[in-house]
Amino acid sequence: MSLTFDNTRSRRAANWHTAEYGFWMLPIVAYFVFPENLALLSQIAITALFAVSLDLILGYAGIVSLGHAAFFGVGAYAAGLLAQAGWGDPILGLACAGVVAGLVGWITSFLVLRGTDLTRLMVTMGVASMLYVSANKLTGITGGLDGMQGVDMKPLFGQFAFDLYGKTAYIYCVAVLFILFWLARRIVHSPFGLSLQGIRQNVFRMPALGTPVNARLIAVYTLGAVYAGIAGGLLTQTTQFVSIDVLSFSRSAELLLILVLGGTGSLYGGILGAAIFMTMHNYLSDIDPQYWQFWLGLLLIFVVLFARGGIMGALRTVAKRLA
Amino acid sequence: MTVLFDGVASGILLFLISVGLSVTLGLMNFVNLAHGAFAMLGGYVCVVLLNRFNVPFLATLPIAMIVAALAGVVLERTLYRRLYGASHLDQVLFSIGLVFMSISTANFFFGDHQQPLHLPPMLKGQFHLAGADIGAYRLFLIVVGLALAVALQWLVAGTKFGASLRAAVDNPRAARGLGIDVDRVFVATFALGTALAALGGALGIEMLGLDPEFPITYIVYFLIVVAVGGSGNIKGSLIASLILGICDVEGKYYVPQIGAFVIYLVMVATLIVRPQGLFGRSATK
Amino acid sequence: MRLKNCLAGLAMAATFTGAASAAEPVKIGLVLALTGPFAAYGKQIEHGVELYLKTNGDVFGGRKVELVVKDDSPGTAGDVSKRLAQELVVKDKVDILAGFTLTPSAFAVAPIATEAKKPMIVMNAATSAITTKSPYIVRTSMTLPQNTAPIASWAAKNNIKKAFILVADYGPGYDAEGQFKKTFEAAGGEIVGDVRAPVKNPDYGPFLERIKDAKPDAVFLFLPPGAGTIAFMKGFTERGLGKAGIRLIATGDLTDEEILDATGEDEIGMVTSFHYSEAHKSPENAAYTAAYHKAYPNDRPDFMSVAGYDGMHLIATVLQQTHGNTDADAFVAAAKGMKWISPRGPISIDPDTRDIVQDIYIRKVEKVNGKLQNVEFDHVSAVKDPGKQ
Repeated sequence: MSLTFDNTRSRRAANWHTAEYGFWMLPIVAYFVFPENLALLSQIAITALFAVSLDLILGYAGIVSLGHAAFFGVGAYAAGLLAQAGWGDPILGLACAGVVAGLVGWITSFLVLRGTDLTRLMVTMGVASMLYVSANKLTGITGGLDGMQGVDMKPLFGQFAFDLYGKTAYIYCVAVLFILFWLARRIVHSPFGLSLQGIRQNVFRMPALGTPVNARLIAVYTLGAVYAGIAGGLLTQTTQFVSIDVLSFSRSAELLLILVLGGTGSLYGGILGAAIFMTMHNYLSDIDPQYWQFWLGLLLIFVVLFARGGIMGALRTVAKRLA
Repeated sequence: MTVLFDGVASGILLFLISVGLSVTLGLMNFVNLAHGAFAMLGGYVCVVLLNRFNVPFLATLPIAMIVAALAGVVLERTLYRRLYGASHLDQVLFSIGLVFMSISTANFFFGDHQQPLHLPPMLKGQFHLAGADIGAYRLFLIVVGLALAVALQWLVAGTKFGASLRAAVDNPRAARGLGIDVDRVFVATFALGTALAALGGALGIEMLGLDPEFPITYIVYFLIVVAVGGSGNIKGSLIASLILGICDVEGKYYVPQIGAFVIYLVMVATLIVRPQGLFGRSATK
Repeated sequence: MRLKNCLAGLAMAATFTGAASAAEPVKIGLVLALTGPFAAYGKQIEHGVELYLKTNGDVFGGRKVELVVKDDSPGTAGDVSKRLAQELVVKDKVDILAGFTLTPSAFAVAPIATEAKKPMIVMNAATSAITTKSPYIVRTSMTLPQNTAPIASWAAKNNIKKAFILVADYGPGYDAEGQFKKTFEAAGGEIVGDVRAPVKNPDYGPFLERIKDAKPDAVFLFLPPGAGTIAFMKGFTERGLGKAGIRLIATGDLTDEEILDATGEDEIGMVTSFHYSEAHKSPENAAYTAAYHKAYPNDRPDFMSVAGYDGMHLIATVLQQTHGNTDADAFVAAAKGMKWISPRGPISIDPDTRDIVQDIYIRKVEKVNGKLQNVEFDHVSAVKDPGKQ
């Protein structure tokens, strides 16, 4: 038995697989193949980023959250308020959204350090609910249930205005998604990322290895909040509107569904889950505007019973069989 | 004083609709977010019997419980048991799928409006007692709730079934080794949990209303009670419900501006201090 | 039904290829909340629209009308409504946008109507400011201040000196609260209490106790129609507030036909001001309610269905006037000042604000032929939206 740590496997995992290159060609192809669906595709990209943010804390660090919309919403409102105040530059708005959401995440991170899965579910939900109630109360600032309008965005880089077809919005969202995804990918394959997985798998052992568990959890939770905030900011900027729904419980719950559907702990699971869930929702809703929920529920049950580990799990099984 | 009485009644109602979840979550370690769907089932059975077949209100309650228990058994045998060992997340996904299907089904059969409920005259109105205005229905709820709590506590702690259940939860293998039919115990417990949900749903219509969105509208409340009380704990659920109910009602009376906040604040505060809930077992995954 | 329309429309288009664009179907994108917490509202609006097409055919100004229905559940998520409207315009190539169950939905879609130059018919969302968000918005439903001011005046004239206000803690609640206060105090009334209850509130106990303590002559109430109203009414009766001499006044949202049966006898005697009642006596309403009951035997016609019905009437009439031209400026010009008798009574579109002008009735809940109805006993003619004055 060797005494040195053989990190070839993890180094190899950090390299980009051919399939990944292929995957990232898809958004570019989609732009040309589905020019009339860019609004939906932008939403998928935003939700994918949101799902990646949840995967960071759930799939890698094991923190279950039913209130991740808190950061999404905070980011959305931050970007909205900035634009309302006259600073409509999109990139500035995203930066602001990320910073504010990250701050809220950092402040509330101590709440998720202890307790069981159920505790974390409830505490995160409680925080998000309180933010929702506050946003409703502060109608003067947030617009409350009626929503915040007057979010005027200046053209991206001073050149590309947000158009009706959603072309600018789409390219913008996909670009942001890719950049942040690339960053996240590097993080999870770094020693920091590996330590997170260790914490998720066996939180009692990690301190013995010298890992400052709480510090790591706080760091990743803040990071997850930053990503979620940026996703929220993207939503505000591409729709020029903020509805109080961004802080709602259903948004958090739907996100959890999307991530579990796609498969946790792989980053791609979030993206796939978002793509499939939103496409199915849209498709079913068009066919049967009244009862699409029934079919979606059935789909979810099927996935759980026959595709454990979500879509990524299923793909891995198929890949293993083919290999 | 009236406000205090109302708070207690509100708390007991929370207890009635959540105790079933405490049973399934705590005793079977299954995150059944479809709990609200069984409550809704109980509600619709009650309403249909009451409005279409003129069955007296009190008689509809046991029928609702039996129907839900049967539904619970069928679902448990076919679907739930496959997921006992699954991760909590998978259970969440599954139960939400069930919720979606149940909402659509209820919408299809009953439409999306509120179901009318007309109580028997005995349970309506108020009377004055000890400086407080006591609502008849609320008093009824409190009596039923307390009786139920006592009965459940006796069942779990004082009977052989209860002992088998606790054994089966703590260590299924050892329990089987002792000749306890763990499968049957789980089915029975699940049926009990769903029957309790149905009872809560039917009793709650008067105060919470009944429409197809019920499972999603109130899911937050069930979870809060279970989280604060500690899952699997009948006494804990009761006390947690009472605290939440009283705080919520008193908060809305004295400081209406923060009304909706209180319940979440109490929950978060409790979980910060005691992450396993007031009476839960110490934090283990 | 939608599929049938689609196929019929395609067949029509196929036979008329090469002919002038006037023969192509007029596509109307209907954005409604059909699932989720406001599904009951969306469904009523859809019923009204479909009923109009059932009773008047679907060819107007030489063109066939085709509905493209999208569910923007939950209805409060403006981003969803906006995306659906974008898809309707860009992908489905609709000529007209319509529906909009709630205010955020209308607010979010307004810029799309302006940018894409499509007429936008608002069939429910009731916030005053909505019609100002785009020059192409025309509303056929109502505004909250429009419905609130009359009851406030009525109360001041009918021995109600002290009023307690209880509204739900959200936009429309604030609108109702503000308008009631303004009108009531201007008429010499006194507000003895003003409380906002959380929107999702299962138990009104504490609020009812506060009302009891304040001993007003009447409570002015605004809650979204649904479980909240029922819970409040039950509590009101149970605690004997009515017997203590406290009257209940509100906008007709609280005695909406949808929930009237569920609230039961508790609401008898309640006085409300509103623009539509199923019991409104007129030949148009008799025909409307009869047709509605035949088509939808499990529901009762309410104000939302009438708004859908009138919205469709507006579209049909404009199409006839412009001979099928759906150009937004022409459409809005034709719609301005249009007057007609709706099942609710005489209505018109204000040429200055493009908002609805209608009679507001003062009604009382009574049992008529074994069914609970809002029986009208007084009215105010041609009320414009006070929120914009």
